[in-house]
Amino acid sequence: MKTTETPPPADTPPPADAVRTRPAVTKTAAPPDKESKTGGVLNVFSHGVLVIWAFLVAMPLLWAVMTSFKDDKSIFTSPWSLPDTLHFENWSRAWTQAHMSDYFLNTVLVVAGSLAGTLLLGSMAAYVLARFEFPGNRFIYYLFIGGMSFPIILALVPLFYVMNNMGLLNTIHGLILVYIAYSLPFTVFFLTSFFRTLPTSVAEAAIIDGASHTRTFFQVMLPMAKPGLISVGIFNFLGQWNQYLLPTVLNTDPDNKVLSQGLVQLAVSQGYKGDWSGLFAGLVMAMLPVLAAYIIFQRQVVAGLTAGALK
Amino acid sequence: MQHGKYRFIVGFLVFPLALYALFVVWPFIQSIYYSFTDWTGLSPDFTMVGFDNYTRMLDDDTFWSSLQHSLTFALLLPVVVLGLALFFAFMLNVGGRGRKGAAISGVRGSSFYKIVYFFPQVLSIAIVALLFQFAYNPNSGAINSALSAVGLDSVKPEWLGDPKLALWCVMAVLVWSTTGFFVVLFSAGMASIPKDFYEAALLDGASRFTTFFRITLPLLWDTVQSGWVYMGILALGAESFAVVQIMTVGPGGPADSTNVLTLLVYQKAFRDGQAAYATTIGVALLLVTLAFAAVVMRLGRRERLEF
Repeated sequence: MKTTETPPPADTPPPADAVRTRPAVTKTAAPPDKESKTGGVLNVFSHGVLVIWAFLVAMPLLWAVMTSFKDDKSIFTSPWSLPDTLHFENWSRAWTQAHMSDYFLNTVLVVAGSLAGTLLLGSMAAYVLARFEFPGNRFIYYLFIGGMSFPIILALVPLFYVMNNMGLLNTIHGLILVYIAYSLPFTVFFLTSFFRTLPTSVAEAAIIDGASHTRTFFQVMLPMAKPGLISVGIFNFLGQWNQYLLPTVLNTDPDNKVLSQGLVQLAVSQGYKGDWSGLFAGLVMAMLPVLAAYIIFQRQVVAGLTAGALK
Repeated sequence: MQHGKYRFIVGFLVFPLALYALFVVWPFIQSIYYSFTDWTGLSPDFTMVGFDNYTRMLDDDTFWSSLQHSLTFALLLPVVVLGLALFFAFMLNVGGRGRKGAAISGVRGSSFYKIVYFFPQVLSIAIVALLFQFAYNPNSGAINSALSAVGLDSVKPEWLGDPKLALWCVMAVLVWSTTGFFVVLFSAGMASIPKDFYEAALLDGASRFTTFFRITLPLLWDTVQSGWVYMGILALGAESFAVVQIMTVGPGGPADSTNVLTLLVYQKAFRDGQAAYATTIGVALLLVTLAFAAVVMRLGRRERLEF
């Protein structure tokens, strides 16, 4: 039969990572001869493969949670054993002594400011670019879009000195402005196409009734654009909350560190302090709120993150 | 009316555009200019040196090895990640046991799988990198102790300490953290393909694997292609910076075996005080990124299928 010669789809050269999944694939991959049985065998096979990957994804995370409750000694001597007792003191140590509380606060401040700014400035620019014709419209649009494909690190070298000269280096408000600027390309791209899909009649009616353009935007168009704002807001929230490259370069003051760089800092300093359990508690502490939020708002998060790529 | 319109346009564009120009566009232009100078970054003085930085770059072994690693990431990662993701997404959507007489159906619990697969996407790449740094630890890490537990005591690779393995270890982490996103993305795309297509093909005697190449992949091609570009840009840029900088010894080691262009720019600018040379490498990275995007768009061009 011809069908037996068709290789299973993802049988590309094995990635380093998939080594463990590989044996399962090759063992069960042979399609059966009888078409009637294909469904059943395929079903078992797909469940097998899917379970293995689910296991590979969940395992490291569960392992981290488990490790965060162990003492330093057992982390090193038996990484896979369950904790003897639940060492909650790891968590309180991480929260206070290891400055996790400060990192959380800084991250919340930066992300709150930059998310609000991104949505406001992004929707303003996108609305004008989507709805008004004027000379230079296309140029400005592509100027924004171009920012999505350029390697950020190239701009960061001069930006470091620009920020330094303006007194914005190592400050929370400086970081907020940079986050907004680097979030604009995708936000403008996404919202421009979103504003184009909205009906024009409502805005026209508002203008005829004597509302100014500004008022029409804030009281008519923004409420109508809510679904788009939520999608792009979630996208930016995760991107800014998890941001690592920008703060690493532009925010080196220990007092202002955000979560991701704080944890890396913690990992480096634990090298000689030896408080590994505290570090794991910190890692899990940073991980759980995002995971919890994701599980609760699952549908919206997935829609927000995949929306851009499906366009 | 016209007057009010232009005032409104200017009023709404001035803040976003000013911020974007100052923090994004202007630094990009500056860095291209700086790549022709001998600016150290430490003092404001510099002179023009023409193409000196570029000739130096072409003689720099670290640059070439970093370029090679970046290219390996950009070429291999999208293939592996998108391949795995397509495979899993197909299994999720077509692997079901034909319930209720439907010719094709998703596996039971596919929404559960999708939730779990998506986990890494919401985590910071910094957290992921730290976690795996521990897992890879040769003495007490989770991977080597698991190897001991199953009786493979003799096989205990140094992982990140081994120049031959380190790059693959880093890449595995990137595969781990990005595959789930594309599974969910492709799965959404596959769900929107009408079931009749599959039913007709199966009636005509096609196998399920044939339907993947003849129906699923062509109809999903646009998404795959944009995913390819997106993944390549990630692999060349910020994502590879974080994993290499956090996980590897040096960072970039051992023996420059994992250095990537993004990290090299960072090191030259902020560790070695060679800002001008750093921007030169950055320009090279920009060219590689643009060339990558152009090649993928060109190679991937197919007739767009409407359905």
